[in-house]
Amino acid sequence: MNKFEINNLDLYYGNFHALKNINMHIKPNTVTAFIGPSGCGKSTFLRTLNRMNDLVEGCRITGEVLMDGKNVYHNTDVNLLRKNVGMVFQKPNPFPMSVYNNIAYGPRTHGITKKAQLDEIVEKSLRDAAIWDEVKDRLHKSAMGLSGGQQQRLCIARALAVKPQVLLMDEPTSALDPISTAKVEDLVMELKKDYTIVMVTHNMQQAMRASDETAFFLLGEMIEKAPTGKLFSMPQDKRCEDYITGRFG
Amino acid sequence: MNTKVKQVMQTYRRSPFSLAMRVMLIVSIAFTVGILAFILIYILANGIPYITPSLFSMEYTSENVSMLPSIITTLMLVAASLVISMPFGIFTAVYLVEYAAKGSRIVEVIRLTTETLSGIPSIVYGLFGNIFFVTVLGWKYSFLAGVMTISIMILPLIMRTAEEALIAVPQDWRQASFGLGAGNLRTVFKIVLPSAVPGILSGVILAIGRVVGETAALIYTLGTMAKIPDSFFSSGRTLALHMWVLSGEGLHINQAYATAVVLVVIVVAINALSGLVAKKLQRR
Repeated sequence: MNKFEINNLDLYYGNFHALKNINMHIKPNTVTAFIGPSGCGKSTFLRTLNRMNDLVEGCRITGEVLMDGKNVYHNTDVNLLRKNVGMVFQKPNPFPMSVYNNIAYGPRTHGITKKAQLDEIVEKSLRDAAIWDEVKDRLHKSAMGLSGGQQQRLCIARALAVKPQVLLMDEPTSALDPISTAKVEDLVMELKKDYTIVMVTHNMQQAMRASDETAFFLLGEMIEKAPTGKLFSMPQDKRCEDYITGRFG
Repeated sequence: MNTKVKQVMQTYRRSPFSLAMRVMLIVSIAFTVGILAFILIYILANGIPYITPSLFSMEYTSENVSMLPSIITTLMLVAASLVISMPFGIFTAVYLVEYAAKGSRIVEVIRLTTETLSGIPSIVYGLFGNIFFVTVLGWKYSFLAGVMTISIMILPLIMRTAEEALIAVPQDWRQASFGLGAGNLRTVFKIVLPSAVPGILSGVILAIGRVVGETAALIYTLGTMAKIPDSFFSSGRTLALHMWVLSGEGLHINQAYATAVVLVVIVVAINALSGLVAKKLQRR
């Protein structure tokens, strides 16, 4: 059973045809990486999976996005969908509040108010995001005082706190230094045991290191998708080969 | 010329333009600070000697020309007008920034209206209040007529500053909140509004400043009765109005200066207090 099945998906920003007839399957408990040059639609596609594109004015979508066989664009509670499909953004974006309240914001949103239960969720999420040891002594200080890499792992912990099934990551390491990047990549490998992860990256080495499947996008089309090893060693499409060998992009 | 000055001049030897800029800078600072200092010193020097205990007696008489009733009336007016215009101003701003579709007609109309309203001279508000609240609605010169007029006057100010404060909240935070499955309402009340509080507060402070200093809009609505209004329908007199009356009558010019001193102190106190509050809120 596939976690996601995307059939004939088209997306328009006003008159601009941003995604063209995308078809894709995403298996559970795998890491899928999207690569491609800037403006190719990989982030836009990622955001169709938890309907973040709904927030963009003039955005229109046709086709189906099935999650566990159910169309997320039809009769779906958007807030529940976004609870189940968590998101980590390109720039670390902790809320201007304490570390604890950052993590507790999601569970509180979904009706958990008991202190003991929240404490437990906060600790577990921070541990799962491999940042507990760094912040356990400053849970009640502002999250804005953390370093960029810590902030990003905090944002991952925040996403995990609502117990999602899928984690979408939109270039999660593009604002981070190499050491923080390595930590986040290790974390991704660790997290795929429990979550399905879909990650946009502009860094091909990252896709090679951290993903099971890779999809290559160009000008709003999905050109090729294959197991990562295969895509990088034997790309089927000429354009994909040109891109991964560095002839453009 | 001592050595320090000489040293400084040395550094400007090859860039006379920088020297000119520096001189201009110092002159502008001196000018700005100088004018403020002159006004303050002038008021304080003329007013402080005439601040007497009798100026603060509970009852106004034509002998003691007490300003205490006016002080209390001023505070009442500030509180009442904020109670009315803050919710309207802030929630209109929330609608414009968080809910309305961008570029929609209604947003354009609201923006145009507030821009126009904030450009209208306060005497015009006074006249409007006089015709509508005092005469047509028959409220006479009253606290209520004054409050309504002032509220309409400060509404655009509060709305515009609140709008700016909301726009300044990073889009990233809204996205993060939506991404966790929070709805619009929760995002606005838990994430957006709390981070916009310092900005909103600075608008409220400006508004308080305008209320405290306002005379023209109040002369024809609140009236100038020198006692604390005992109901919504009785007249009163704010501190600024009190000063205007005293200096207009010409009999108590010195007491008018004393009143000015108190008015200045109140304004400075409000600014300091709200600065503290903003800092406290931000640190949370």
